[in-house]
Amino acid sequence: MANVTTIHEDDVLINEHGYNDHFHDHHHGDKYQTNFLTHYVFSMDHKMISKQFLITGMFWALIGAAFSVIFRLQLGFPEQSLAWIKPLLGKWIVIDPTTGVGTLMPEFYYALVTMHGTVIVFFVLTAGLSGTFSNLLIPLQVGARDMASPFMNMLSYWFFFAAGIVMFYSLFVSTGPFAGGWTAYPPLSALPQASSGSGTGMSLWLISLILFVISVVLGGTNYITTVLNLRTKGMTMWRLPLTVWAFFITAIVGLVSFPVLASGFFMLITDRSLGTSFFLSDIFISGQALDRVGGSPILYQHIFWFLGHPEVYIIILPAMGLVSEVMSVHARKPIFGYKAMVYSLGTIAFLSCIVWAHHMFASGINPLISNFFMTFTMIIAVPSSVKVFNWLTTLYRGNIRLNAPMLFALGFVTMFISGGLTGIFMASTPIDIQIHDTYFIIAHFHLVMGVAAFFGMFAGIYHWFPKMYGRFMNEAMGKMHFWGTMICAYGIFWPMHYLGMAGVPRRYYSFDAFESFKHFSEMNKFITIFAIAAFFFQLLFIINFFYSIWHGKKVKSKNPWGANTLEWTTPIHAGHGNWPGNLPIVHRWPYDYNKDEREFVPQHIPLQPGERSDGEH
Amino acid sequence: MIYFIALAIIFLLAVIVIQIGKLSDLTARIKGEEEAQYATNRTQGTALFIYMIIFLIACIWSGWHYRNYMFGYGPLKSASEHGYDVDLLFNITLVLTGIIFIITHVLLFWYPLRYGGRKNQKKAYFFTDNSTLEFIWTGVPVVTLVYLIIHGLIIMNNMFPTLTEEDKYIEIEATGYQFAWDIRYPGQDGKLGNKDFRLIDPASNSLGIDWRDEASTDDIVLGGTDKIMLPKDSLVKVRITAKDVLHSFFLPHFRVKMDAVPGMPTSFIFRPVKTSKEFRDELKKYPEYQVPADPKEPDGQKRWESFEYELACAELCGKGHYSMRRVVEVVEREEFDAWLKAQKPFYVANVRGTANDPWAGKKLFPYEIAARREELKKEVDDYVSDITGSVSDIIILKNVFYETGAAELNSSLSKYELNTVAEIMRRYPTMKIELAGHTDNTGDATSNLELSKARANNVKEYLVSKGIDAARLTAKGYGQDQPIESNDTPEGRNKNRRTELRIISK
Repeated sequence: MANVTTIHEDDVLINEHGYNDHFHDHHHGDKYQTNFLTHYVFSMDHKMISKQFLITGMFWALIGAAFSVIFRLQLGFPEQSLAWIKPLLGKWIVIDPTTGVGTLMPEFYYALVTMHGTVIVFFVLTAGLSGTFSNLLIPLQVGARDMASPFMNMLSYWFFFAAGIVMFYSLFVSTGPFAGGWTAYPPLSALPQASSGSGTGMSLWLISLILFVISVVLGGTNYITTVLNLRTKGMTMWRLPLTVWAFFITAIVGLVSFPVLASGFFMLITDRSLGTSFFLSDIFISGQALDRVGGSPILYQHIFWFLGHPEVYIIILPAMGLVSEVMSVHARKPIFGYKAMVYSLGTIAFLSCIVWAHHMFASGINPLISNFFMTFTMIIAVPSSVKVFNWLTTLYRGNIRLNAPMLFALGFVTMFISGGLTGIFMASTPIDIQIHDTYFIIAHFHLVMGVAAFFGMFAGIYHWFPKMYGRFMNEAMGKMHFWGTMICAYGIFWPMHYLGMAGVPRRYYSFDAFESFKHFSEMNKFITIFAIAAFFFQLLFIINFFYSIWHGKKVKSKNPWGANTLEWTTPIHAGHGNWPGNLPIVHRWPYDYNKDEREFVPQHIPLQPGERSDGEH
Repeated sequence: MIYFIALAIIFLLAVIVIQIGKLSDLTARIKGEEEAQYATNRTQGTALFIYMIIFLIACIWSGWHYRNYMFGYGPLKSASEHGYDVDLLFNITLVLTGIIFIITHVLLFWYPLRYGGRKNQKKAYFFTDNSTLEFIWTGVPVVTLVYLIIHGLIIMNNMFPTLTEEDKYIEIEATGYQFAWDIRYPGQDGKLGNKDFRLIDPASNSLGIDWRDEASTDDIVLGGTDKIMLPKDSLVKVRITAKDVLHSFFLPHFRVKMDAVPGMPTSFIFRPVKTSKEFRDELKKYPEYQVPADPKEPDGQKRWESFEYELACAELCGKGHYSMRRVVEVVEREEFDAWLKAQKPFYVANVRGTANDPWAGKKLFPYEIAARREELKKEVDDYVSDITGSVSDIIILKNVFYETGAAELNSSLSKYELNTVAEIMRRYPTMKIELAGHTDNTGDATSNLELSKARANNVKEYLVSKGIDAARLTAKGYGQDQPIESNDTPEGRNKNRRTELRIISK
């Protein structure tokens, strides 16, 4: 290998595309982004839109996390006065006139639980994760100037923004925000008599989420079209980085399932407002028998989970893609089993669409149907374990850089394993009957799709921050953030398994009424303390993020991580259009790390004579 | 002020953290980026390895520490038959996943230390794929999962059997509503009567039971705080329904959970295998159950003594979701049967004889017939044995009915009362009685008089047909002249329309 002629990556760009971005490393304006408004607000540049998604997502993450801290205070320290938070929550904190102790009203406790779920699942882990990174990375990594439709892309963000405005407004209505759980099962969600939050709060919730579905559909159509049509020359499907594969498959799953949710929501709206009975039957409430018969609440559950289950994969698949890429770059090693990774992504996505009723084993569906859904749910463990073993083998004999993005990628894998394995318990109907709607399921899904997805997102943010802002995030703060978050996440969710096994149900405002559930106050305190600590570690991340935008260490070379994918061939501050000259041409798959004595070989470097191309055979 | 201090502290902490960050950036620059990265790889790799050890120990230790809350161990062993299978499957799954958990975590946290980038270290191994490895880690999970699926399906299908008449099971009904459970037992006929949400009346019929269904007339509805009684070792089928929103019938100790859905009754079948007392006796063995149940009362009941099986709601149903508790008590079958027999059917206690009773004047229930027979005999006996003269000689024949507006006896209903009268007449062979007909004041007084005479005569004829000497019986009609209640109300008029028996001589 001694006589291999090393080709410098800039030489290729100069030779093939007639420019050297070393001389163009400054900000470009263009005719679409002439003023502040079109540049920063109504931008059609996918890179700006991705930042908008990210920062909006962070705003919602902060709110969602704050909600969880408040309801954890109620669960961990029910005797403690919450009077100090009255200035924020107003009438939802009731102060005992004699003792001065402030108590959280149960109605608002349930509103907090509901909003925590809704906000984190949809606004943070769908829009904030998939929206941010699909936008940032799809055009950059497939070698496109922008999305197929930049205008639709902009609309996608603004529909999301509008959804956020409506949801935010709903927090302040006098009857309270929706309080029937993020799954919004009717009849509770359909009847304002059943819960005060099911009045105006629920109407706004539905409007908000329908706007959100529009956002997802606009975004998803764009992502799919861009991946299929705007790949640069030489970028075959089997040369796509796993990130793009993940976003592509996620977008397809989203397009299949989100419209179904919207139709379910429209049916719920007509049940609420127009007197239909899609989901209502045989109801006697508030001293009155309702004239609404023939519907079925179970129908709603089928429709909801037809989205709801794919939704958890819509959340986790992009994180898997990000982690695969980050892990390969920082282990300086090809991702192991590239094709197996793609096929397992596809298999998971396909299976995710045919297992929805495993959320309904205890809802009264026919046991025969349970057989089917249990079998397919269990099978998801196969592609999932393939992914885990491939990640582990990627680490094997690597040359690992343990910086913040890599640490979060490792953190993702541990969370995915811990939460994923408990999925095998949940998938088994007999066991699920017992632990369904207990703290066991809380532990399971928070680890596997909550914390894990956040870890994937953090890995992505720390890794691509230099691409987004031309500066690094602070490493020391990043590591503190990682360790704090990982320890706290396990501190919060590990004990919940034991609560769940003891039968403690989720969504309980207080455990005092039950002899079987009330003896866990020490454990609940423990969990709450870790939850508060976890919250403060996320503040650390936010400080780091905004501090680094303006004061972070500057990126000096355009490929600081020594990565192979195309986004690192753009100028440090890429303008609208991404590449100042011609688009790069792709000659190889993105995982040629430490091949033939070369530490990394970016995708646009041509194969040397006699060089074997990997990953595509 | 407190808010200000809190904000100031947070701000100061932020500043400190930023300074730490800056400082580490600076040291990295002094050391050189590469060197700094190597140092980081070493410290972070070691930290991950140490974390792995502590984490795995914590997982195993906590599992051991909380073993008494886990399935199939210690005090929370299942109290139902199928629960043993569930617990077994849980533990098999726990072992299998536990092995994978430990292997993957050891590799995940050891590799970064072992393969962390070091100075002068050889480059990474270019290793793109390997079909054998992929085959192994696809194949092993497939085999494991096939086993878990088959075992799970077998248990599950046993949990949801199709019951036939031959399975001697007890069907009870649980109805969830905001925010409590109503429990209904089938009574002696073993059948739960129909119900319809349109019939619900919070005051008199909170379940909407259809009293026109005879099976419902002996149904027992438990009072608000009564324990749900279940017999040990008998198959129990719970029919689960809801009135308003979704609820879920959750008996954690029995591994039972099923949603209550308005408009779609669901069910769960299980067999309790331990009485509450047996369960308490087992708890006694565990030190954590030897502490006072209420920490404020150190001398009060111990935890094992105050233990009860509990029913909880496991589907969010509104602001009171967390308070839908009911106590379940499992007793021996004989005790259960005795308890059930002692319960008064809801219909008998609250509906019979009220305006809501669809069977008023249409049906007499065996228990009513038997009770009335005893009552009537006692009234006559009391008169006969009385020496003070204070007992009235007039006895109202409550259960004598006529066809509406006519004089003909409704003999299918009246026969019980009149047969008793015949029996009494045989018992006191010298007794002479007068049979008196009375009406209310609706209609024409003359025709009322005729009607009452005709009715009294019909009663007399019936008794004669039963072998009573006509000479001992006098039939008289009084029309509307002798009301015993006001004729202004329907209830009063109802009472005034009556047939009386007056004992003329003992």
